[in-house]
Amino acid sequence: MKKFVDIAVIGGGPAGLAAALEAWRAQPELNILIIERDHEPGGILQQCIHNGFGLHFFGEELTGPEYAGRFIAEVKKTSIEIMTDTMVLELNNERKILAVSAENGLIEIEAKAVVLAMGCRERTRGALNIPGSRPAGVYTAGCAQRLVNMEGYMPGKKVVILGSGDIGLIMARRMTWEGAKVEVVAELMPFSSGLNRNIVQCLVDNNIPLKFNHTVVRVDGRERVEAVTIAEVDPATKRPIPGTEETYECDTLLLSVGLIPENELTNGAGVEMDRITSGAVVDETRQTSIPGVFACGNVLHVHDLVDNVSNEAKLAGLSAAQYVAGGEKKVEKYHSVNATNGVRYAVPQRISADASGKLDVYFRVGNAYRPAKLVVRCGEEVLATRRKAIMTPGEMEKITLDADKITGDITLEMEA
Amino acid sequence: MSATNYDVAVIGAGVVGCAIARQLSRYQLKLALIDAAEDVAMGASRANSAIVHAGYDCPPGSVEARLNVKGNAMYDAWCADLDVPIQRIGSLVIGFDEQDEKVLEELYDRGIKNGVPGMELISGDRAREIEPSLSGEVTKALYAATGAISCPYQMTIACAENAKENGCEWLLGHPVTEMKVVDGVVEITMGEEKITAKHVVNAAGVFADEVSAMLGDSSFTVSPRKGEYMLLDRTATSVKTVIFQTPSKLGKGVLVAPTVDGNMFAGPTAVNQTDKLDTSVSQEGIDQLSALSRKSVPTINLRSVITSFAGVRAQPSTGDFIIQISEVCPQLIQAAGICSPGLTSAPAIAEEVDSLLRKAGAELVEKEDYNPIRKAIPEFRHLSNEERTQLIEKDSRYGRIICRCETITEGEIVEAIRRGARSLDGVKRRTRAGMGRCQGGFCGPRVMEILSRELGIPMTELTKFGGNSRLLTGVLKED
Amino acid sequence: MEVKEMTCIRCPMGCRLTVTKDGDNYTVTGNTCKRGEEYGIQEMSCPMRVVTTSVRVIGGVRPVCSCKTADSVPKAAIDDVLKALAQLRPVAPITIGQVLAEDIAGTGVSLVATANNRAAN
Repeated sequence: MKKFVDIAVIGGGPAGLAAALEAWRAQPELNILIIERDHEPGGILQQCIHNGFGLHFFGEELTGPEYAGRFIAEVKKTSIEIMTDTMVLELNNERKILAVSAENGLIEIEAKAVVLAMGCRERTRGALNIPGSRPAGVYTAGCAQRLVNMEGYMPGKKVVILGSGDIGLIMARRMTWEGAKVEVVAELMPFSSGLNRNIVQCLVDNNIPLKFNHTVVRVDGRERVEAVTIAEVDPATKRPIPGTEETYECDTLLLSVGLIPENELTNGAGVEMDRITSGAVVDETRQTSIPGVFACGNVLHVHDLVDNVSNEAKLAGLSAAQYVAGGEKKVEKYHSVNATNGVRYAVPQRISADASGKLDVYFRVGNAYRPAKLVVRCGEEVLATRRKAIMTPGEMEKITLDADKITGDITLEMEA
Repeated sequence: MSATNYDVAVIGAGVVGCAIARQLSRYQLKLALIDAAEDVAMGASRANSAIVHAGYDCPPGSVEARLNVKGNAMYDAWCADLDVPIQRIGSLVIGFDEQDEKVLEELYDRGIKNGVPGMELISGDRAREIEPSLSGEVTKALYAATGAISCPYQMTIACAENAKENGCEWLLGHPVTEMKVVDGVVEITMGEEKITAKHVVNAAGVFADEVSAMLGDSSFTVSPRKGEYMLLDRTATSVKTVIFQTPSKLGKGVLVAPTVDGNMFAGPTAVNQTDKLDTSVSQEGIDQLSALSRKSVPTINLRSVITSFAGVRAQPSTGDFIIQISEVCPQLIQAAGICSPGLTSAPAIAEEVDSLLRKAGAELVEKEDYNPIRKAIPEFRHLSNEERTQLIEKDSRYGRIICRCETITEGEIVEAIRRGARSLDGVKRRTRAGMGRCQGGFCGPRVMEILSRELGIPMTELTKFGGNSRLLTGVLKED
Repeated sequence: MEVKEMTCIRCPMGCRLTVTKDGDNYTVTGNTCKRGEEYGIQEMSCPMRVVTTSVRVIGGVRPVCSCKTADSVPKAAIDDVLKALAQLRPVAPITIGQVLAEDIAGTGVSLVATANNRAAN
């Protein structure tokens, strides 16, 4: 099967849906296709049945499926086509896509513009190299979340959680509410990457201890997990401190130790990547190093709020529509956006010299700052300053710049 | 209760037992392949170095030296028949100082005595030409052109499938609890079930001493030696050859090698232990592997580790493979104490057992319809687009990707289950679903659904690898 | 007099609040803004939560359907809400927003579906 489309959106999660919708709104005559690997669009939101989504975007608190449902309902009113149960196998640098489905077999798609919206995946036990046996009962939090919320099964009854990322915190409450006992949450860092609200409402509400500067040093159990041992780590080296081991009898270890953008297709196409975000390098329109290929959402950098994903995706979708309508416009010159001195990364990583108007730069700090002061400079000139009572690595921050003032490379840095 | 009567029962469904079963399946025999585990390749054949060794490190004159060199030469034919990958990439043993260089020379001499072809002592610079990622500190190396990589569990599964195709019965999940000789035949009790066999082949790996003792032969013991490994992602800068450090008393030395699947891995450590089933990984092991692999290949990216795991080798008290007719029980043929190079030697061990069986009086008559060919499960990821299209037209399930990291389709998973996979790990070893960078986080629940559907058993009874390795503890709101 | 320590969740600051209840009088310290004071008093007097979970479904493409309390319920009532909804067995199809139970566990709040679940054929 062969298909020619104006815009192909890879991934039908929150980013893909918002990007397609915004592109359609800008140019309703365009032929827009969303390619989704699951049975239905919505992505990971379908299993995130807790609330807290949409406060910024919709001004009300929604659950994941409700948030996705709003976009799906909007998309269904348009001419946007959604191919479900379809997996993209390859993307090349000429925006040709090879996909496959049981229904259609191999599908070759040629697109004038491509929006990458594949989301992210979870870091695993292997990536952490946790010593011990290899029994059943070790799950990433998201995998457990799917089993509980989509399939209706309990992956365990007595649980230790490593990592205090939001999915881990949410699953602590979810498992507790379904009758499991969550013994402890161990966090390697001296702070949580999860939201305060989740720590309070998921852990404190259920009397689940959260131990900072702790990690799992051993898993026991030949067939099924029987015990998990955690220990305190030296905050500087992150190595376990001998003698601080505590063993919890349990049948399950859940891991919530970070998310990694899912960029195998992006890499395959030869898109320039950012080593810190593990996502593509993009400009202020969210265009990657390949003209006509845009990226947004968690495949670009891991977000903590879906509301920000939707906003970023709208921008990418609009840019894709403009690209198709206006044809390829060669960008003459880029100014780079450099993150230094406590700023871990910034997106976009570059801004075209002819950009104008207000533009938002998203960034994360590498440590907790309280109070925090971010300064954006272009050469010696201070373009903007942002002060906050606190900035933490878990919270994505935003600063709005006046693009017209950007005359060269800019630098984001934290100042005392 | 009437017991089923077999001509030959092979106890142990690791690579050695399965290779023997395959070898014997060419004859007009009623043949059983027995294992306590519910799948084949559940012991050392699940986790080892995956190397087809050249044969220079076995002591000259030993059984293992002879079978290693012979087995190596047989590998291409076996792999071709069984559709198992083998890559003759060559191996290097590297030396960093004068003492190492002496060891290399000893190895070379041993290799000559063992009849190893294609060996060469080379300079560090020459070694770096062959393997550019090698440490600049390497002063000398032993190159062996016949060193190769294969896949231990694929070889085991392929042998078992081919044996089954030719009439061998699998009695998996059948732990042998008792054996005795009654009227010249062996009565084998496996829990509730009982069979008889005229001949028993003991290929029970770390448990071979216990199996042997059931028939009164306690002439040897087997002690477990653990080896830990680290598997790196495919994006890691890979090496092109098998790189060993000089061997120690405990083994062939830590190696860094590519896998046939394009990953890179490092291992093994060598830890003597008493527990035959302990395959846990230690922090010390991980640290040791990290340091040693960095010594061989300084640019190795240890941040790309996907997983670490361990296997247990069967270390015989005799210091050599034990392949003989038992002196105590003439119905028992030992294929025991198969430590490294067991994977390499397996085809040669199978032929050895074949001739021992004749010696023991078995009548081995070739079947007319013996089929030595076994085809692997189609691998969607490696097919051309034309082949993919044809496959999907025949069975649309080959168009549904279940494991996104390794691009494994539902068709492959269903076929693996049809061929004998009963657990998540069984599917994983046969298809690679769940072996990629997300380690089954995405496809795990989906593979479970397929297993449940195809096997007709509830999700809550599915296991990771049999026994009590249950994946789920219950149904939501239905306790 | 009753004293409670808590973390304010109204913003990422996460101020450590000390809330003191003396009869009907509440004093909040440790907060840096007005919203922190409100939060502290609410949490001390009657903490409220939205319950988000799932119910088993009969005849749906999925065996469970996610749901939530349409409004927040007293934290103390969560257990009763969970027990009550565990008994529910709505029949597919179910659509987002559908009321699965009115006045769940006597809270005066209804339980609504937060996802669609088509009928299996």
